Amino acid sequence: MHQVLRAIVEPGFFGNSSVQLAAAVGAVVAIVASSVGVFTVIRGQSFAGEALGDLGATGGSSAYLVGIAPLWGFLAIAVAGASVMELIGIQRARGRDLATGIVLGAGFGLAALLLYLGTIYDNTTGATVTILFGSPFTLSSSVLPLVAVFGGLALGIVLVLYRPLLLVSVSPDLASARRLPVRLIGALYLLAMALAVALSALTIGAILSTALLVGPAATALQLTRRPGRAIATAAAVGIGAMWLGILLAYDSDDWSSSHHAWPVSFFVVALVLLAYIASRSLSTRARGR
Amino acid sequence: MSAELLATEPAATAPEALSVDGVTVRLGGRTVLDDVSFSVRAGEFTGLIGSNGAGKTTLFRVILGLQPPLSGHVRVGDGRRGGADVGYVPQKFLLDPDMPLRGRDLIALGLDGHRLGVPLPSRARRARVDEMLDAVDACAFADDRVGQLSGGEQQRILIAHALISRPRLLLLDEPLANLDLRAAQEAVRLLSRIASEQRIAVLISAHEMNPLLPVMDRIVYLAAGRAASGSVDEVVRSEVLTELYGHHVDVLRVHGRVIVVGGRGHDEHVVPELTGGAPGSVEIVK
Repeated sequence: MHQVLRAIVEPGFFGNSSVQLAAAVGAVVAIVASSVGVFTVIRGQSFAGEALGDLGATGGSSAYLVGIAPLWGFLAIAVAGASVMELIGIQRARGRDLATGIVLGAGFGLAALLLYLGTIYDNTTGATVTILFGSPFTLSSSVLPLVAVFGGLALGIVLVLYRPLLLVSVSPDLASARRLPVRLIGALYLLAMALAVALSALTIGAILSTALLVGPAATALQLTRRPGRAIATAAAVGIGAMWLGILLAYDSDDWSSSHHAWPVSFFVVALVLLAYIASRSLSTRARGR
Repeated sequence: MSAELLATEPAATAPEALSVDGVTVRLGGRTVLDDVSFSVRAGEFTGLIGSNGAGKTTLFRVILGLQPPLSGHVRVGDGRRGGADVGYVPQKFLLDPDMPLRGRDLIALGLDGHRLGVPLPSRARRARVDEMLDAVDACAFADDRVGQLSGGEQQRILIAHALISRPRLLLLDEPLANLDLRAAQEAVRLLSRIASEQRIAVLISAHEMNPLLPVMDRIVYLAAGRAASGSVDEVVRSEVLTELYGHHVDVLRVHGRVIVVGGRGHDEHVVPELTGGAPGSVEIVK
């Protein structure tokens, strides 16, 4: 038994400072992204979330070229992207997909250029991989308070607006009949989503950032029919996938003779996917009406 | 011209729940509502009848405060409680079957959906929700996902959602449009019961008045942007509707059903949207 435990959790794992930082940042990010993501799925804005995350590639690469921490790039571009989307009317159903797609395409084109320039400048592809796919073990400890602040802001928006946001998301008609400011609530939510996605990009990269936003939420919605429980369940799934992903990535160092660890983001996304598949089979068996 | 007819008012002890006074609305260069005036008292079941495009939805939007009128004003109750005085049940309500919201959750949002923050579990709130579920006879499916309910069941949840804040006025936008005959009859009975038991004014819009005839206390007939209101016997008459439409209209009564036939002199034809039948046909009723 002791042997099995040592194989799974290698000695030194919990004492490793990079692991501790990755776990702390990862936990905050997972909670924020999963909770905000429940509303993303309810509102059917997964594509917008995907676009905001992928735009992180542009932001992160810009930040890298200029020499500042990628987190600022992720945050700035996500907020800018959300603002543009709001201005071109993403809250209207018609034309929403097209507008998002155009912004996304433009962003990716720019990212391709910036990443290429970065590669030439630095003669390494390390930054590219970090921005696109994340590298939680190489985070600097100064990042943790920033993540806590912006994560707290995103989560705060969702918790403070909880009831009106739920009503607006379920039926804008009912909400406007009750004189709720539907557009303002939608815009604030878009901001929360932008922050959550930017933080997610920091740990698992711009490309995969939506997985943490939407995956645990989709899993939770299969398992519960109450919005509050959905948020708690999503957060639990998110943290579970993040911590287990960190553990597996740490262990994977020993799996091949060349001692190359597999990326954390791969494990996190794979675990989220497994959780979703499991929840679907649970729900189809258990689901009455 | 507003044909506000002098009605034999019921013992006018019931307070006025809604007062619409000289409302005119112009949209896109067209006069959609022209000097519309009527009032509804607590406990009355009023039908807003008019064909599609007659201005029913616009009138509802004015009452809800979503559409400012060019002239005239609307007062709900004593005007003090603002938005909380009107309960609204929209016509279309399509929900993803996976939406994590039970019937009782949606009803609870009717009570405090406008308040910030996360709701703490409260026995008082749960009791209110149960009371509403009972009133609309929805206890059997209160814990099911709203997106998985049938149209009629969803409508009852929406009615409970609108009623829980104790509004003075309940507005329903074409509630019978998507229901089969039996569900429509049940809905009409339920709404009539709510009007009298809860002493609130119920105003429902429809393009076909016959299903409402058994329970309608008053009718507001909307045509060409103008309205005539009063009891059914007073309003649904050839003279009144002719004046309203601006061309000759006949009203036939056959075994308790009303058929409105529009025509111009010799060129008699049935106005399809008034009877709900196909153009060129006359509804045969037993």
